[in-house]
Amino acid sequence: MLAYLAKRLGQLVVVGFIISILVFLLVHLLPGDPTVVILGPNDTAHNRALLLAQLGLNKPLYQQYWIWISHVFSGNLGESYVTHESVGHIIATGFPIDLELIIVSQVVAFAVAIPLALFTARRPNRPVDNVATTGTFGLLALPPFVIAPVFVAVFAVALKWFPATGYTSFTTDPATNIHDMILPGLALTAASIAVYYRLLRSDLISTLQEDFITMARSKGLSNRYIMMRHAFRPSTFSLMAAAGVNIGALLAGTFIVEYLFAMNGLGYSIVVAVQQRDYLVIQGIALVVAIAYVVLQFIVDFLFTVVDPRVTRE
Amino acid sequence: MIRPTAGRGNAGTLHFPDVSDLADPLLEVEDLVTSFRTTRGTVHAVDRVSLTVNRGQTLGVVGESGSGKTVLSRSIMGLLPARDVLRSGTVRFAGHDLTAMEPAQLRQVWGAQLSMIFQDPMTALNPVVRIGRQITESLRLHLKMDRKEATATAIELLRSVGIPSPEQRIRSYPFQLSGGMRQRVMIAIALACAPRLVLADEPTTGLDVTVQAQILDLLAAMQQERHMAVILVTHDLGVVAKRADDIAVMYAGRIVERAPTRTLFAHTRMPYTRALMDSIPRLSDPSGTRLRAIGGRPPDLIHPPTGCRFSPRCPYVQDKCREADPPLRTAGSPDHLFACWFPLVDGVPSGPSGSGQPVTLTTNGAPNNAVEAPAS
Repeated sequence: MLAYLAKRLGQLVVVGFIISILVFLLVHLLPGDPTVVILGPNDTAHNRALLLAQLGLNKPLYQQYWIWISHVFSGNLGESYVTHESVGHIIATGFPIDLELIIVSQVVAFAVAIPLALFTARRPNRPVDNVATTGTFGLLALPPFVIAPVFVAVFAVALKWFPATGYTSFTTDPATNIHDMILPGLALTAASIAVYYRLLRSDLISTLQEDFITMARSKGLSNRYIMMRHAFRPSTFSLMAAAGVNIGALLAGTFIVEYLFAMNGLGYSIVVAVQQRDYLVIQGIALVVAIAYVVLQFIVDFLFTVVDPRVTRE
Repeated sequence: MIRPTAGRGNAGTLHFPDVSDLADPLLEVEDLVTSFRTTRGTVHAVDRVSLTVNRGQTLGVVGESGSGKTVLSRSIMGLLPARDVLRSGTVRFAGHDLTAMEPAQLRQVWGAQLSMIFQDPMTALNPVVRIGRQITESLRLHLKMDRKEATATAIELLRSVGIPSPEQRIRSYPFQLSGGMRQRVMIAIALACAPRLVLADEPTTGLDVTVQAQILDLLAAMQQERHMAVILVTHDLGVVAKRADDIAVMYAGRIVERAPTRTLFAHTRMPYTRALMDSIPRLSDPSGTRLRAIGGRPPDLIHPPTGCRFSPRCPYVQDKCREADPPLRTAGSPDHLFACWFPLVDGVPSGPSGSGQPVTLTTNGAPNNAVEAPAS
């Protein structure tokens, strides 16, 4: 077990290094440069060259990479060319927002999808299953940019249950923070519910065909016990793999919801930074997101070994 | 040896008292029919099967793949899918009709009074659950043991089925055990609550020949010790020859011959039984002897042949066999039943005999067309 995890961790370090290079190169592939944003479109070529030299952007790419990565290792991610805000600070304030959005949306998604799948998998193609399956199919067709405005119109504007925009950090006021997070979190949860429900349902249905389920029935165990103790765990592989990918996509992938609810999360910050060619901000956020993604996959791999003891051997 | 029955008191038996006379059979199956609705049509997997099992005795159920023997054992338990299954007939177990029971009542019988050993322990044991829990869960459910008691009992059960260092093994997962060990675990699970009847569905088919004998001996020893009845389902007549008190031979969903083991071997009536016996290789055969396989294949159970279902493969087939279905009847002794119009006598087909009448010996040695088809 430990050897297996150590091996995976070693792979992750290599992956992280490769990602840092790719992130750096991708940013510099973007057409244009930050001088246009900083100096405006009508400044002279001379001034632009001066600014480029001042920002160190006239050096060869490998030198720029080296300067950046050595600062990263000493904990300094640089600052925004435009606002001069430190990249570390942008991430420190933005990351909790993304994290909270993910937690709210995923907790709700699992809390809805898992019981629903456990309930309908035992009744395939009965009315309750057909309703749930069709319903989640509908959810899948509703992207957050459709759901979010509807939620705002109904729950914020009409019913005034939740604020339409704004964000209070958890440390300032936990109750307000959670209250603020509910609508944007729910706007992100619909697709996850649909995906998790459908995967778990179909895996459960195939697990229920297994001999060991018949064996469990032959012991006189109740259906509920069989679902929870015998069928659920071996049916969670697709679910966990999909959750890993899905949560990864939500990391800094929640721009639309952050924009609609006026939250400065990583998703919002990186889109703005890309428009402004704010290289260090893009690189910093992309690197942090990539590392978080890699850690997430590591957690998923670890969960595989928890769920199925055979995984360590393979 | 810890006997899980010892701690039971009245708690277990109160739910399910044995209301039958102790002289009556433990299990009486009468006219059991089980069919499955499929997209191709209705599969008549078990067709009007009747059999009895006495307390502490072993019934061997023998037949080829597809003869319906696995469905029969599941159907006796009531362990069938809820949908697209038609079942009729009665299964009287310890005086109770299992076919009339609600699922909740059946769950009190399953595992506690009536348990099953599955064919393939690799697929029948949950791969992600430690074997300890797979044993203790029925102890805790049926015998209301607490965790400690159940664990101690599980260790003793594992020891009694010959698992070395059971204190450690209880924490193993099925993939960490060999095939023979897994089947021992399966037996421990089936016997955990000291059932009155164990249905063993091809318990040794997936195992090496040497391990097969060990497992069957273990099962026989446990049976003796606990005075359990066993239904041993197998495709191998050799397996049940020495271990079963009675044998029922199944073909195409029906019982075609049923008798005490000694009688069945001494006075085989049904050509199919004969063919099964002949297909067992003998050590006395000179090397290079061809195996005597039964020609053809088992019939399609969606459209079974008319008349005797074995007629398309029977070496002694007559016109009557293709036209009319032979009923189960007795000859010689009342506990020997067979379904054949021209039953074998000393290995050769006899003349047609009236229902229930002893067959008359014929001296005509020719195997085929020795007898005219009777006018019906």
